[in-house]
Amino acid sequence: MTLAEMQRDFQSWLVHASEDAADRLSVHAAAGLAVYQNNYRAQLVSCLEHAFPQLRTRLGDEAFLHTAIDHIEHCPPYAWTLDAYAEHFGETLRRRFPENPDIYELAWIEQALSEAFVARDATPLSPDALATVDWDRARLRFTPSLRIHVMTTNVEAVWSALCEARTPPESEMLAETGGLIVWRRGFTSRLREVDAVEYRALVQLQQNGSFIDLCEMLVTELGEQEGVARAGALLANWLGSELIIDVEVTEE
Amino acid sequence: MSGSLRRRSNRFYGVRIMSAFFSGYGLGLRREHYRDFLETQVPVDFVEVISENFMVDGGQPRNILRQVRERHPVVLHGVSMSIGSADGLNPAYLKRLKSLVDDIEPLFVSDHLSWSRIGGFNSHDLLPVPYTDEALERVCANIHHAQDVLGRTLLFENPSSYLSFPDAAMTEWEFIAEMSRRTGCELLLDVNNVYVSASNHGFDPLAFLDGIPAERVRQIHLAGHSQGPDLLIDTHDSPVCTDVWDLYAKAISLVGPVATMIERDDDIPPLGELLQELSIARALGSAETARRAGEAA
Repeated sequence: MTLAEMQRDFQSWLVHASEDAADRLSVHAAAGLAVYQNNYRAQLVSCLEHAFPQLRTRLGDEAFLHTAIDHIEHCPPYAWTLDAYAEHFGETLRRRFPENPDIYELAWIEQALSEAFVARDATPLSPDALATVDWDRARLRFTPSLRIHVMTTNVEAVWSALCEARTPPESEMLAETGGLIVWRRGFTSRLREVDAVEYRALVQLQQNGSFIDLCEMLVTELGEQEGVARAGALLANWLGSELIIDVEVTEE
Repeated sequence: MSGSLRRRSNRFYGVRIMSAFFSGYGLGLRREHYRDFLETQVPVDFVEVISENFMVDGGQPRNILRQVRERHPVVLHGVSMSIGSADGLNPAYLKRLKSLVDDIEPLFVSDHLSWSRIGGFNSHDLLPVPYTDEALERVCANIHHAQDVLGRTLLFENPSSYLSFPDAAMTEWEFIAEMSRRTGCELLLDVNNVYVSASNHGFDPLAFLDGIPAERVRQIHLAGHSQGPDLLIDTHDSPVCTDVWDLYAKAISLVGPVATMIERDDDIPPLGELLQELSIARALGSAETARRAGEAA
């Protein structure tokens, strides 16, 4: 048996508990195979437990464990870092809880906070830097830690209550879909609920960054006066929240 | 590439390192003790961190590590290089590790004689390497690759193992000795792992210590283990046991009082308890130094 064949059989044993693979390995001390398989599974379960503490509380230990086992069986780890294993847990949650978007959205919050925590460092833009900007040609660049997601449930209230060890409210669908944003300010990850207008504004800006396009979108949605005023208010809020790291001016 | 970079002094951090033959006593930096290391003068000669925990783009982890590095020499100890992978090393992993090495200027960079990755799959466990000629060639090629990319000599640790392969052509210590001879890599001797593997496979731990090239050992790990249903398990969740302390005394009689640290990854006690435990290593090291001085005189 070559080294590569042995390693593929070992993989089959770990991931699928393949008895054929175990037989081909024909190792001494077969009890050792069980140790490695237990280590493999326990490590991945532990990773998910650490990544989603509030989700675990919300689901309960038993339901969380069953979901984690389901995920481990369907999604072996491929990244070099164990931290990345949490990235695709949301897909398993969507499959297991198709009628509960609150579950998926709660997992999104926890994963986004973790990602923002170690995202690339960036210096927030000083408001002074905006004095001479030609806004017709300005493109906003957001901090690399920014994560945006649609919010269809009262998940922010649930998450806040869980974090503060309060009894969380019953999950419910929102009358109007909004958004969630996560970013890092200094060394601390932040979560904020945004309304539908701000959510769409951020999504558009992440796509092309153009401030004038944003203004046009808001004017179309809200009318001339309110649209322009909202664009200014959003810009001021994003600057104050240290979400913007640069304003690039495109060539004419 | 063997060692010339390691002899330079560190010009950028507060703590200068002359690492050719570093001897001292350290602890693993764990989240539970961040505050201790940042706000107090912890009496250790170096700290060791898990490399992967700091191979991130930015944020607080790297910031904390830089602050700790201002106060102490730092050893980067990896768990994901997968030096025994049949399909070579992951370039993206090496690139990130190189970035961390350049940033932190560590005392040592180490990983394990094990594998975790094949065909993209990553087990995130330290899986055993068969001690065959083919595996030796693969491991050596991978070590050469890693040392070339990182521009420095690496240390490799003997892992605890729970099974052995029937087609092994040599013992673990013979494999390690040849690996070090061919690649110039240095060794991180985990005394607890020697004890655990010796118990699990029925070999004499002293044969292991006698069989590795003593002059290549730069660092020693100590840790606790647990008794499983059939095998000893390397759990790092308890104090170092008496038998492992005895084996440590024997080890330093062979390799000298090299850099020694205690690993604790679960049921992590207050820092004071670990420092107390580390004082046992210091006492044994001092006794060994005195013994050697007596022999020299």
